[in-house]
Amino acid sequence: MNQTTNSQTPEQGQASDNNRMPKIKIRGLSKAFGNKVVLDGVDLDIFPGESVLVIGGSGSGKSVLLKCILGLLHPDAGSIEVDGEEVVGLMGEDLDRVRRKFGMLFQNAALFDSLPVWENVAFGLIQGQRKPRDEAHAIALEKLAAVGLGEDVGNLMPAELSGGMRKRVGLARAIATEPEIIFFDEPTTGLDPIMGDVIDRLIVKCVKQLGATALSITHDMASARRISDRTAMLYHGQIIWVGSTATIDESGNPYVDQFINGRAEGPIEMQVRAL
Amino acid sequence: MPILQPIGRTFLFFLEATGRLSLFTLLSLSHCLRPPFYPRLILRQMIEIGYYSLPVVGLTAIFTGMVLALQSYTGFERFSAESAIPNVVVVSITRELGPVLAGLMVAGRVGASMAAEIGTMRVTEQIDALDTLATNPFKYLIAPRLIAGLTMLPILVLIADIIGVFGGYVVATQKLGFNPTTYLTNTLDFVEVQDVVSGLVKAAVFGFLVTLMGCYHGFNSRGGAQGVGAATTNAVVSASILILCFNYFITELFFAR
Ligand SMILES: Nc1ncnc2c1ncn2[C@@H]1O[C@H](COP(=O)(O)OP(=O)(O)O)[C@@H](O)[C@H]1O
Ligand SMILES: [Mg+2]
Repeated sequence: MNQTTNSQTPEQGQASDNNRMPKIKIRGLSKAFGNKVVLDGVDLDIFPGESVLVIGGSGSGKSVLLKCILGLLHPDAGSIEVDGEEVVGLMGEDLDRVRRKFGMLFQNAALFDSLPVWENVAFGLIQGQRKPRDEAHAIALEKLAAVGLGEDVGNLMPAELSGGMRKRVGLARAIATEPEIIFFDEPTTGLDPIMGDVIDRLIVKCVKQLGATALSITHDMASARRISDRTAMLYHGQIIWVGSTATIDESGNPYVDQFINGRAEGPIEMQVRAL
Repeated sequence: MPILQPIGRTFLFFLEATGRLSLFTLLSLSHCLRPPFYPRLILRQMIEIGYYSLPVVGLTAIFTGMVLALQSYTGFERFSAESAIPNVVVVSITRELGPVLAGLMVAGRVGASMAAEIGTMRVTEQIDALDTLATNPFKYLIAPRLIAGLTMLPILVLIADIIGVFGGYVVATQKLGFNPTTYLTNTLDFVEVQDVVSGLVKAAVFGFLVTLMGCYHGFNSRGGAQGVGAATTNAVVSASILILCFNYFITELFFAR
């Protein structure tokens, strides 16, 4: 096993002052699908206002981690605290109350394709916060402008958008309710490098404007350096390294080194044949 | 032992599926009854299920009524019992053929599209997105469809009853030489409230079953386009079978002595 590399104390990162309560505190989080173990005791702290990134190979369980925090998947074991409140096992109105703190940009944007773009963006306002439609419409256009999309785009249907525009609309939807915590699931995957940079800048700008806490997932290292303060690496269901993104090149961890340099040779062995 | 094992496994699988479906049904029903409601979405589904199914159901009904008159004539003529034709047509249509055929047509049209739509939403994470936006998918997606199915099918069937009887009337008067007035009086004399009501009760149950199967299979679909395809097929097949089963039991409830 890889216990030797399992040195994930928060002290390694920047946000290390222990008197601050973490915004999200994950302990011993485990999740298996059938007999396939995806998460196997994940420990991670995310402090208020910081931007944490989780890296890891495809299929290593990064999206599963986010979905467990949002209560979309039920973990088999472990605890997740948001602002000191245990969220594992919350139901109904309590769960909705916690979820209102979150915004999420899904891997493929997950726009509602039966609704026009502006209603997608305004969804959390109309349905979640019960705002009147015209007020929500105005806010939606404002948020669309913030991600560089004009009023005309608001009336299009999601099927008419390009990949980069979908991501932007997804981003506008994630920030529309001005959440305290925003999750970004592979925000730049599948985009050209220039559009990737544009999205990254938008993410940094939006997160800063809201003063939000951000948790992102990527395996694009260029994007990683642009959007995060701290990086955590997920491997074999555990966080095997946490540290400041700025110094990730000197991590001294062979797994991290191999990953950020994108080498096929090294301690990480890719499962070529899926089980 | 090797014989018992697969039997046991099938049985367990069956139990699990039944349990899951029951849970899903109870959860859906409870969300149909508790606020918040989405009148806009209910209305949209009512139009989708009720209005847009009218042509299909209407065509099915008129040809069924026509063929009923024709077939019973060729049969009853031998016993000089032609006068029973208005009775046969109206009772068969209102009790059985109206609700069953409308239910099956709607299962093909609406059940399939529901399973495909909700299934696509599932595999493209739109249902997860609903959850994260603090909107319950049972309330937002499933309850409006169930309510619309439950209410629109009886209306559709009532219309189908009228069109079906009219189809029989056209064939009887134009082709078989019946007197129009006599045919209509006979029809109205024969038909009983219970015939129509039992048909409408069936329609409501079938509407519920069709939308429930569409939602259930869509909601639980897995694994991309293939999963959505399988969900669509399963929705139509299971809804059709359930319609035929429930049809028997409701008939027994109403008419068995
Ligand atoms: N709902 C699910 N049911 C079964 N297996 C799942 C489910 N969601 C994810 N998995 C499995 O968990 C593993 C991790 O998935 P994911 O978190 O999406 O990976 P990634 O790190 O690329 O985001 C994958 O092997 C996937 O097959
Ligand atoms: Mg993923």
